[in-house]
Order: sequence, then C-alpha cells, then structure tokens
Amino acid sequence: MKYLMTTAAVLCASAAWAETPVLKVYTYDSFVSDWGPGPAVEAAFEETCACDLQLIGAGDGAALLARIKLEGARSEADVVLGLDTNLTAAAKETGLFAPHSVAAEFTLPIEWSDDTFAPFDWGYFAFVHNADMDVPANFRDLADSDLKIAIQDPRSSTPGLGLLMWVKAAYGDDAPAMWSDLSDNVLTVTKGWSESYGLFLEGEADMVLSYTTSPAYHLIAEEDAGKAAAPFDEGHYMQVEVAGKLANSDQPELADSFMAFMVSDAFQSIIPTTNWMYPAVTPASGLPDGFETLITPAKALLLSPEDAAAARDGALAEWRDALAQ
Amino acid sequence: MARRTGSVSGPTAAGTVVALILAALVAVLSRADWPVVFGAADWAVLRFTVWQATLSALFSVAFAVPVARALARRRFAGRGLLVTLLGAPFILPVIVAVLGLLAVFGRAGWVSQGLGWVDLPPLSIYGLTGVVMAHVFFNMPLATRLILQGWQTIPAEQFRLVGQLGLSPAVVFRTLEWPVLRQVVPGALALVFVICLTSFAVALTLGGGPRATTLELAIYQAFRFDFNLGRAAILSLVQLTVAGGAAVIALWILPPIVLQTGRDRPVQRWDARGLWPLDAMWIGLAAGFLLLPLGAVVVSGMIGLGQMPSSVWSSTWTSLWVATLSAGLLIALALPIAAWLAQARWGGAEALTLLGLAASPLMIGTGWFILIYPWAAPVRFALPVTALVNAMMALPFAVRILLPAMRQVFADYGRLSAGLGLHGLDLWRIVLLPRIRPQLGFAAGLGAALSVGDLGVVTLFADPEVATLPLQMYRLMGSYQTNAASGAALILLGLAFGMFWLCDAWGRRHVAG
Repeated sequence: MKYLMTTAAVLCASAAWAETPVLKVYTYDSFVSDWGPGPAVEAAFEETCACDLQLIGAGDGAALLARIKLEGARSEADVVLGLDTNLTAAAKETGLFAPHSVAAEFTLPIEWSDDTFAPFDWGYFAFVHNADMDVPANFRDLADSDLKIAIQDPRSSTPGLGLLMWVKAAYGDDAPAMWSDLSDNVLTVTKGWSESYGLFLEGEADMVLSYTTSPAYHLIAEEDAGKAAAPFDEGHYMQVEVAGKLANSDQPELADSFMAFMVSDAFQSIIPTTNWMYPAVTPASGLPDGFETLITPAKALLLSPEDAAAARDGALAEWRDALAQ
Repeated sequence: MARRTGSVSGPTAAGTVVALILAALVAVLSRADWPVVFGAADWAVLRFTVWQATLSALFSVAFAVPVARALARRRFAGRGLLVTLLGAPFILPVIVAVLGLLAVFGRAGWVSQGLGWVDLPPLSIYGLTGVVMAHVFFNMPLATRLILQGWQTIPAEQFRLVGQLGLSPAVVFRTLEWPVLRQVVPGALALVFVICLTSFAVALTLGGGPRATTLELAIYQAFRFDFNLGRAAILSLVQLTVAGGAAVIALWILPPIVLQTGRDRPVQRWDARGLWPLDAMWIGLAAGFLLLPLGAVVVSGMIGLGQMPSSVWSSTWTSLWVATLSAGLLIALALPIAAWLAQARWGGAEALTLLGLAASPLMIGTGWFILIYPWAAPVRFALPVTALVNAMMALPFAVRILLPAMRQVFADYGRLSAGLGLHGLDLWRIVLLPRIRPQLGFAAGLGAALSVGDLGVVTLFADPEVATLPLQMYRLMGSYQTNAASGAALILLGLAFGMFWLCDAWGRRHVAG
C-alpha cells in the first residue's frame, strides 16, 4: 500500500513538472550551502528561465570531476560548475564536455581562450595572517622565518594543489629545494581548506593557505579588519573556477542560457560576498565596499591546463619527498 | 534435535555483510584500467598506516586496562554518568574532536598557555604523537567499556570468596582478573587497530605532513584526483587484507573459553579497599584527558548556537532518522551473528564482521554507486545506503559487545532452555534478550551515535535537499561560518550523545534494578 502511494505521488509530481524543464548543475558543496552563492543564483536564474534549476553539491572540485567520470555519458548533469584550471585538462580528456558559446569581456588578469570551459570567478592564493604581524615578503623569507603555516594536501584538496603549482610556477626546478626549506615551517597538512582555516582561526597556525579575498569576508561579514593576506613578490598563483556544458545534456539550449547568465551581472554580482572570490566579469556596480582594501599581487602566475596536468605528478613526488624527510 | 539459535540467520547476516562489501569491490574493479602499480611510496604509506595503528591500539588498551579496573571496583556518585560520558569521544566527528583536542593540547591551547606563564615553550603535538594521541582519545573509552564489560562477567561470589580468604591484590589479579583480560584484550586490540588503520582525517590534520599518510588517503586520492579505480580497488584490498590479518591473529591468540557461573549478584570488592588512591588517579586522568576537549567543544559551540541557519535543524532531523534506521539494521545484523558465534567452538568468524570496518567507505560508496547507477538515481538511495554502511561499520563493535554476554547466557541457560524445549523467538524473548539487555542497549547506542557522526559515503550520494548534520557542518565550515559550524557541532554532539544515552540507559536500568 505504501509503495502504491509513493509511486502514485511520484507519478503525479512528475506529471506536474512535465512542462517545467529541469536544468541540473553539479557544483561543489560550499556553493550550494545557505551562505554560498547557490540560493541567490537559483532564485535569479529561475526568474528568467521558466525552468527548475537544480544545483547539486558533489563534494569539492576534484570530487566533481570524479563524479562526472563515474556517471560517464549517462550523467543527468547538464552543466558542471566549479572545476579549476588544474583539473580542466583531465576533464577535457573525458570527451564528455561540449564547447561553450559564452562571449564576455572577462576581467581576469590573464587572457582567456578556452573553448570548452568558461570562467565564473577567480582568486589569488595567498597566506592569510592576523594583521598585527610582521609578514614575510616571499617564500624565501617565509622559509627563513619561524612562522608556522597550515596548508592543504595537494592529494585531497584543490587549494593544496594550487600551492604546489604556485611553488612550481615561481621556482621551477628549484621547487624541491624550496619545499625542503619550507618543511620546518609547515605546522601541518590538512585534508581540506576548512580544517586548515579552522586551525588558523583557533590560533594554532600563524598563517594559512587561503585566498587574497579571505580578509574581505572577515571585514564585510564580521566587521573585523584584523585579517590580512601577505603579498609575495614572486607573484601569486591564480585559481580560475570554470563551468562547462556536458555534451550529452538533454537541455542544451537551457545549459547555454545558464552559461550566458553565469557571466551576466545578475550572477556575477552575487559572487564576491557569497563565494568570496573575484567575479570573472566585474559587474556594472563594481566590487563591494571593502574589496579595495585587499592586496593586489604585482604578478599573476598560472600554468596552462596542459602544463599543470603535465607537471602534477612530478611536482607531487617532489613535494612528498621534500616534506617526508 | 532442535536447530541451534542463529545457526541459519547468523551465517546469513554475516554473509550479507561480506557480499555487500565484495559486490562493491567487484563493481569498482569492473571499471578499472590495468595495470596498477604499487610503488615504493605506497609501501611507505602501508608501513606508516600499520605502525600508527599498532601504536594507537597498544596505547589505547594499555590506558584502558587500569581505568576499567578502577571503574570495575569502585562505586561513587556520578560513576554511571562518567561511564556514559566515556562513550562521547568515540562518536564525535573527527574534525570536531581534533579542534577540541587542540583547544586543550595545541600550540595555542590551554596547556600551552599555562606553560607560557612559567616561560616554557608551547606543546607541539603535530606528527606521530598527535595522531596516536587523537586515536587514544577516540578509542581508549571504547576499549575501557569493552574491558569493563569483561570484568563484570566475573561472578560476585568469586570476589566475595577472595575477600573472605584475604587474598592479596596480586593474587586476585592472577587468579580472577588475568583470565578475563586474556579473553577481552586481544579483541579490543584488534578492534582499535582496525579503526585506526582506516583513519584518514586524523592522520592528516595532526600528522604534520606527507610522512603521516594513511592508505585511506591514497584510496581517496585514487578515487578523487586520479580517478584510477584499479588503484583504488587494489589499495582497498590491501587495507582489507591487513585488517583481516590483524583480526585473525587477535582471535587466534584468544585462549579457549572457560565460563564461570554465578548468581547475578551485585559485585562488592572486599579485596581492593586499600587501593582507592590508585584508582582515583586513573579515573581522574582518564576523565581529564577525555572531558577537557569535550568541554572545549561545548564552550565554542554555545557561542555559535545563535548563529546557526535553520537548515541545521532540518539536517538534525535527517541525521536522527538515518541513525535510528542504522541502529535498527545494526541490531538486526548483530544479534543473529552474535548468537551464532556464541555457540561456535572457534570464534574466528568474528573476523568477518571486522571487514565492514576495514572497508573504505569511499570504496563501498563508489562500488554501490556504480551498481545502482544503471538502474536508478543513486541520490534516492543516499540515506538508506548511508544507514546501511554505518550499520556495517558499527557491526564489529556490536558483535564484540554482545558476544561475551551471549556466551555466558548460553553456558548458563543453554541446557535448561533446550530441556524446556525453548527455541526460536521464545528463546530470544524469555532467555536471551533480558540477559543481554545492557549489552544490547550499549551496542544500539553506539551504532546510532556512530551513524550520527559519520560523514562517510554521504558526500558521494549527496542530495542537495537533504543533508545530514555532519555534511551541513562541513558546508558551514567551507563557507567561513566557523561559529555556526561550532554550533552545529554542539548539536551533533548533543544528538549523538542523547541517542547513545537513551539506549545505554535503557540497557543499564536492568542492572541497577
């Protein structure tokens, strides 16, 4: 009886929804949380699309890609939002993604030419610290200091992988030596960003690997000007977060219009104070008050997706060997 | 001749668990690319994993024995509450417990601040010390409870006898306590070893760097970053083999079982009257070590309570029913298995139940995702699968808890029941269940609490609309909502502890009465 009722309920419900197209977007967990961009993005897009936008959280950026690979060509996802350029080469290799049709004046510090993935936000990795502290000016100073840093594991976390690429992009073949000099500064390596940031807020670590935009959260949401990011003169590695359309989407037009919406002001103006990253296209209203206090790195570092993919395994081995001594 | 209770349902339940794990493993293997390399770095990972798990098991049990002994022979106000509170660390989500431990023992923790006042450098627990310390924090209470239950199987008459004879504590230990310890310690060691073997977040957060890499991280990396399913399956298999090997060794060194019969009288310890300062020290040490970090979690959680979004409450509801379902499944699996094993001459089959704990949740989750995906949307199965996996993880604990008591009942009442023609449901209702009620309550409570605190497979099957409480807490932490996350952690602690307390108190009411 119960099954009958459930089946009936499901049938009725699907009949009622039949006219409303559903767009399924896989994204990372913190995007869909109450405090993330998810709820506002969903409301804004549904106002214009006459559709049901379903944002589905699937772990972090790396987990997203694993999920898509697991589901393969039969995936119900129409759009994947939240990969970064360290993952896009592997994502493209799956052949599951279709070229995008997004045209926008991106306000990224670099040229954007990827035809499969379109950026929706970006940020610089940086070490965040309490503002009342003398900070090192580069990795060399940091290695020579007694400061303790909390970082993330490149094998389980996308910012952790970003740091690996940062040191690689800045030091090239000298990266292993830099890591072994840094090893006595590494308080600990955590599974993800949340754990590291928690350790930093608890006062365990002097600095934490995060983003130049992290202090904006404390300033705007908590009215606390006590956190800052340290500018490093080697330059800062970037994280560019992208979205891509799946080739097997059953709603290709809707997916395209979502991707177009993604670079519009309606979406982009939500990003800074919910995802705490820079919008990929600065909205007409500009950045929120408080963002002008953030540091602007003199030099933006970013390996191309192909170089990042090629460098990854070697850089991982160097990192592991240097820190395991 | 009547069939033995559990002789069919026991193997069936154990077989189900093994089949669920093997099906997942085969599913993962079916999607694998070959060949898979198990390199030098992997061997280093395996060595560290086994080494830290060995140390953690030894320290946890070595600390637990004197604490259990002290608790077994003392009666004091608040003892019941303390014994219940001892269950709390075990059920905390890892990150909450780690932050609690650091609030006390970290570089900026209470102890370090105290050291700072007398011009001493702060403590640094990062590295192997931190990993082992956190594992002792999680598992010592569990080992204490298991050993305590073993102690309580010594009939009161025997303690009365040694009291009358005026035997020294050393003789009492040799004649009464040592045989019991030999029964329970290997099982407790194996259990803690296997739990620590699959540890991932603790090893990373407190391990200090890539030196402290466990197999579970390698499995995680293989699934998440490399999407190398063959490698993930091989690593899972290695993990299962090591855990299975440890279980077999532990159960193999268990001595033959000799049960003693008493008349269920409350124990009074005439032999240990003069030793109370020693016992007070051990109890005080354990209480301080376990309760201070819990206190830190409570304090920071109170601050965050007001800042929680309403979604925390709907997650609480989700977690509540997943945990209830999980505890129900757990009991349904554990009772027949324990009844079956209790009558078996060789307890080796208990090793099978450890597989549920040794299997990587990510492997089980991925395997079942692959199996379900062609037929239905895995998201719909998110909560039942979570409940089932949680029940499987808790199964070895439940069986270990139930088994000694069950054996005792069969030894005491087995022949009488058979003589009276009691079997099937009547045997369960009249003879078995009333006598194992304390263990049943403890096991169900542990299962429910473990399920509340587990993040495990949820993330893979995550449904955007229904998040469990730990998932919600991680989402809050990932959105800078540290205070709200602390509040959610406190709710989580309250919920896990409340469910544990309800079940445990239900079980123990019988003993007190």
